[in-house]
Amino acid sequence: MIRPEEGNRGLRLEEPLIFELDTPGAVGVDLPDIPDAPDRLGGLARNGPIGLPRLSEPRVVRHYTRLSRMNYAIDSGIYPLGSCTMKHNPRLGERLARLPGLGDLHPLQPDSTAQGALDLIDACADWLRALTGMPAVAMSPAAGAHGELTGLMCIRAALEARGDARAKVLVPESAHGTNPASARACGYAVESVPADSSGRVDLAALTDRLDPTVAGVMITNPNTCGLFERDILEMAQAVHAEGGFVYCDGANFNALVGRVRPGDLGIDCMHLNLHKTFATPHGGGGPGSGPVALSADLAPFAPLPWVLRDGGGWRLAEHASAVGGSPLGRVKGFHGQFGVFVRALAYMASLGGDGLRKVAEDAVLSANYLLARLDGTMTASFPGPCMHECLFDDRFLRGTGVTTLDFAKAMIDAGVHPMTMYFPLVVHGALLVEPTESESKETLDRFAGLMLRLAERARAGDAAWFREAPVHTPRRRLDETRAARQPVLRWTP
Amino acid sequence: MATVKFSKDHEWIRVENDEGVVGITDYAQTQLGDVVFVELPDVDRVLEAGSEAAVVESVKAASEVYAPVSGTVTAVNEDLDGDPSLVNSSAEDGGWFFRMTISDPSELDGLMDRDAYRGYVEGLD
Repeated sequence: MIRPEEGNRGLRLEEPLIFELDTPGAVGVDLPDIPDAPDRLGGLARNGPIGLPRLSEPRVVRHYTRLSRMNYAIDSGIYPLGSCTMKHNPRLGERLARLPGLGDLHPLQPDSTAQGALDLIDACADWLRALTGMPAVAMSPAAGAHGELTGLMCIRAALEARGDARAKVLVPESAHGTNPASARACGYAVESVPADSSGRVDLAALTDRLDPTVAGVMITNPNTCGLFERDILEMAQAVHAEGGFVYCDGANFNALVGRVRPGDLGIDCMHLNLHKTFATPHGGGGPGSGPVALSADLAPFAPLPWVLRDGGGWRLAEHASAVGGSPLGRVKGFHGQFGVFVRALAYMASLGGDGLRKVAEDAVLSANYLLARLDGTMTASFPGPCMHECLFDDRFLRGTGVTTLDFAKAMIDAGVHPMTMYFPLVVHGALLVEPTESESKETLDRFAGLMLRLAERARAGDAAWFREAPVHTPRRRLDETRAARQPVLRWTP
Repeated sequence: MATVKFSKDHEWIRVENDEGVVGITDYAQTQLGDVVFVELPDVDRVLEAGSEAAVVESVKAASEVYAPVSGTVTAVNEDLDGDPSLVNSSAEDGGWFFRMTISDPSELDGLMDRDAYRGYVEGLD
């Protein structure tokens, strides 16, 4: 049933923890004996072992290389979590970020010796201003949720500046899970707005909840069901009519980049995950970065520092007196995630405006192709077309005894990383697939074929086989419940 | 026999001596899967009907638990701190969440009895 080329059977490496490999007498580096020296620590010198494992250099190299071979990554196969986590990282960006003039910069260098870097930050911001159609971009937030908080702080500052402090933020059910947390972290009460039967924000329910206590609405567009919020203009008008602001979560900008300018949709504030849409590394590979695009009303409140050009040179404005307006203070040390800006700029400049437009088109086409191939055997939660991701629920598994989790574990046995599961919460047993623009049709076909075969196998009554999965992995099913209830966070001998 | 009522959000409330004992239903715990953490309200917290009262976290998701009626929290189930699995093993008894006063008993009329709730759940599947 599962073709061998999809399998993952040859390299089931076993590898203990590095602490368990401790070998008395082994050393990685041959250091000279410590010469006699007077004790200047006042008797505080450590005299027992510190518990680091003793290993030779080759053993350490093998340890980490073997661990890395247990990993599944976008560099080893299709990764249907998609841009939600990270897209393919073009190697051009890696190369450019390592140029000595960029890679060897120190954040405490005087502005006069970092003119090119400041120019680069502004050039990156300029692309983002053009793509969002919004007049200002605060570059320093460190990642998406930090961008959300920064954007909400700008909204709060703008409201308070006009003597209109407000109490709550509306968050639709179809929005990202971080949004309510960000609103709470910014001191707002959060009120949920239900979705309609099409999986989109219920416009009437939204307008019912609008009043002069609402600071803003946080919309994700396309939303977490992979659907475009078609009523976005009406929503923005209604929010603005009550004096509130529209925050848009930009995590799904991959579906819109180069095609739609959020500023034209009435959006006041939107963060952009450079590690999602703009293909920079994330997770183990690098820090996130969450610049925030701001409307003219919010721009005066953007956090410091601002990159400014005057008298023919670039400088970082660090104080309110240098920029006017009422900027927020710093939200992040130094200049933001500079190395990420280099890669994002490389991505945008190498693709160009037409290439970025093609990114969105291909991402949406890929998701719709999978939706069309899989729906019928699997059960799409909402009719298409979808945007950059397609959402299925577990109706196709009903009565089979196979759960979404079992299905995902069987995908692992077939050598494919599972999609997002059990999210969004608005559908039962969700399977959310985001192929991104960078997978070929051959890869999509192989993935679709696998999903269809697994769905048919579930229907054929092979629940026991699913419940056993995964069998071709170094570990079988982990006890997630016990890991959450009794976490062991520290290795002890 | 004590009156037990059910909400559309899958909370139950058992009326005992003018107070209500609140938890989530057995159906809710099967939908959530293994519960790993329960965040309970502070004693003396004033709850409005439908307002967020507790959070229940499972291996799949974190969900809010709402107050089925209005009132004030008088006690919480400390056992859930050490053993959140009680919500799975005994959702409608030992896995109770909190006790509360009932400020407006007529609010109970807006909730479902056991038969109506059973029908409601069947309609969801």
